[in-house]
Amino acid sequence: MILGNLRLQLGHFQLDSGEFALPLQGVTVLFGRSGSGKSTLLRAISGLDKQTEGQLRVNGEVWQNGKHSLPTPERHIGFVFQDAALFPHMSVKQNLQYGLKRLPKAERMAAEADFNAIVMRVGIADKLDRGVNFLSGGERQRVAIARALLMRPQLLCMDEPLSALDWRSKSELLHLIEEVVAEYRIPMLYITHAPAEVERLADRVVFMKDGRIDTIETLQEALARPDSPLFDDQGAVSVLQGQPLPSEEGLHPIRLGADTLWLSEGMDTQREQVRARILARDVSISLSEPQDLSIINHLQCTILELLPSGEQRLLVRLQMQDGQKLFAEVTRRSAERLQLTAGRTVHALIKAVALTE
Amino acid sequence: MLELFGTSVNLAPIWLTLEVAAITTVVLLLLGTPLAWWMAKMRSSNKVLLEALVALPLVLPPTVLGFYLLIVFNPTGPVTEFLRFFGFEGQLTFSKTGLVIGSVFYSLPFAVQPLMHAFEAIPQRLLDAAATMRAGFLDRFFTIVVPLSQRGFLVSATLAFAHTVGEFGVVLMVGGNIPGQTRMVSIDIFDHVESLEYDQAHILSAMMLIFSLCVLMLVYGLNRRFGVKVG
Repeated sequence: MILGNLRLQLGHFQLDSGEFALPLQGVTVLFGRSGSGKSTLLRAISGLDKQTEGQLRVNGEVWQNGKHSLPTPERHIGFVFQDAALFPHMSVKQNLQYGLKRLPKAERMAAEADFNAIVMRVGIADKLDRGVNFLSGGERQRVAIARALLMRPQLLCMDEPLSALDWRSKSELLHLIEEVVAEYRIPMLYITHAPAEVERLADRVVFMKDGRIDTIETLQEALARPDSPLFDDQGAVSVLQGQPLPSEEGLHPIRLGADTLWLSEGMDTQREQVRARILARDVSISLSEPQDLSIINHLQCTILELLPSGEQRLLVRLQMQDGQKLFAEVTRRSAERLQLTAGRTVHALIKAVALTE
Repeated sequence: MLELFGTSVNLAPIWLTLEVAAITTVVLLLLGTPLAWWMAKMRSSNKVLLEALVALPLVLPPTVLGFYLLIVFNPTGPVTEFLRFFGFEGQLTFSKTGLVIGSVFYSLPFAVQPLMHAFEAIPQRLLDAAATMRAGFLDRFFTIVVPLSQRGFLVSATLAFAHTVGEFGVVLMVGGNIPGQTRMVSIDIFDHVESLEYDQAHILSAMMLIFSLCVLMLVYGLNRRFGVKVG
């Protein structure tokens, strides 16, 4: 567990997190607009700012007590900075070994044994002897991620690692981070202001606002309220988790309990879980099981509640047979005509599904 | 004594000058590095005062600086008395020690400013990254800061050395002009000119000119080899 309550004054900006508790497990995303204090909180948790005050305990170890703080080198964390922060006077290999050399002997041996595997996994095996100034943005972040993983951290911090990249590298790197999360199972604190990254990576979300922690919710909870900060101008979004199955007839199924969701894009079927993203406005409701329809995906659901969304529209929160929640957006007029009420069994027609990315 | 073109020249002032300049440079790097680091990391408004204090020797007439140093370090002054308490013998002015003390103050801005700018140019996140990789403060300083400020150190050392070689006013005030003890080459040349010994003045001046040119070329050559642009 991470238990804390941290304060930090930087110029006119004031971080005052309030009490918080985070499980040291999975991916916790710090989400908020720029200036909301996400980076400041992460720096305070990492001990990178000496003026930090308050309390912080990680796995029972005291990291901050009043003005006294455990120095960063003793916190055993890994940190990936927005712009990689590679040491420009060293080669890729020297960058990777910088931290390694400073580990205690037993850990160093283990990390050295992992060296090749990590370097391969991250995809920089052919770049070890390069100077870091000759790497592309995506390659730099790969080195930074490898450098952090090699420290065998008990907590991995990433401060908007994708924000400086073009969309292609962004998508590749997000994929890599996902794999790293699944493979190494290091608890991670991840900062972003991109809802797509949250949907794809988060187990839980810390919403930050004006230097305070607003709420801490699981991804499902965060996506369950119609006013979720994760929704952009496309409106409400549902993220469904399922198990990928081998493709059939050019389509790519995902198993969600007893139901199957068909996707047009391919995915890595080796993965245990994939996440699919469905916009509420791409979901319609039918009272009977539709037979003569071009839409492939229709799932039986139960209506949980109806939430107003603007003047003329309603958000219908549905529960699927495996318990996952799905939003559908309908007009008030249709809701009245179909007599939609909580508890009713309906069929959700899903016009478009995308893998999260 | 050296016979050159039929003129005998006393080289002692040259050796003394080089010695004082070398010692001063070492002292300045040792004292100036932490001072420059402290100033580079300073965020409060005190920095303005400190920067101004360090830059004072740039604008102050050397005689003013020399005069105050003379007052503070004179044989019956507080600093000397304090040192005597710990068994110090001898005096701080009109000696080689005095020359070094005067030079350190006089050349301080030339050593501190390039270092401060070099330190300021190092992105904080590199040091943060090193800290997350278990490098303590001194470890970070020697593995990240020093290699990335090579050029700053080079410029700082060169300027401190060159400026000390070229000083006149302060050494005259604090060191006096004792032949063989505190007579540095700039004063020696002045003396020769005063007594119309132009031959000696010519030879010493030419030697200084060539020496200075060589030192600067060496430094800029090294600088180029480090792959950093001079400018």
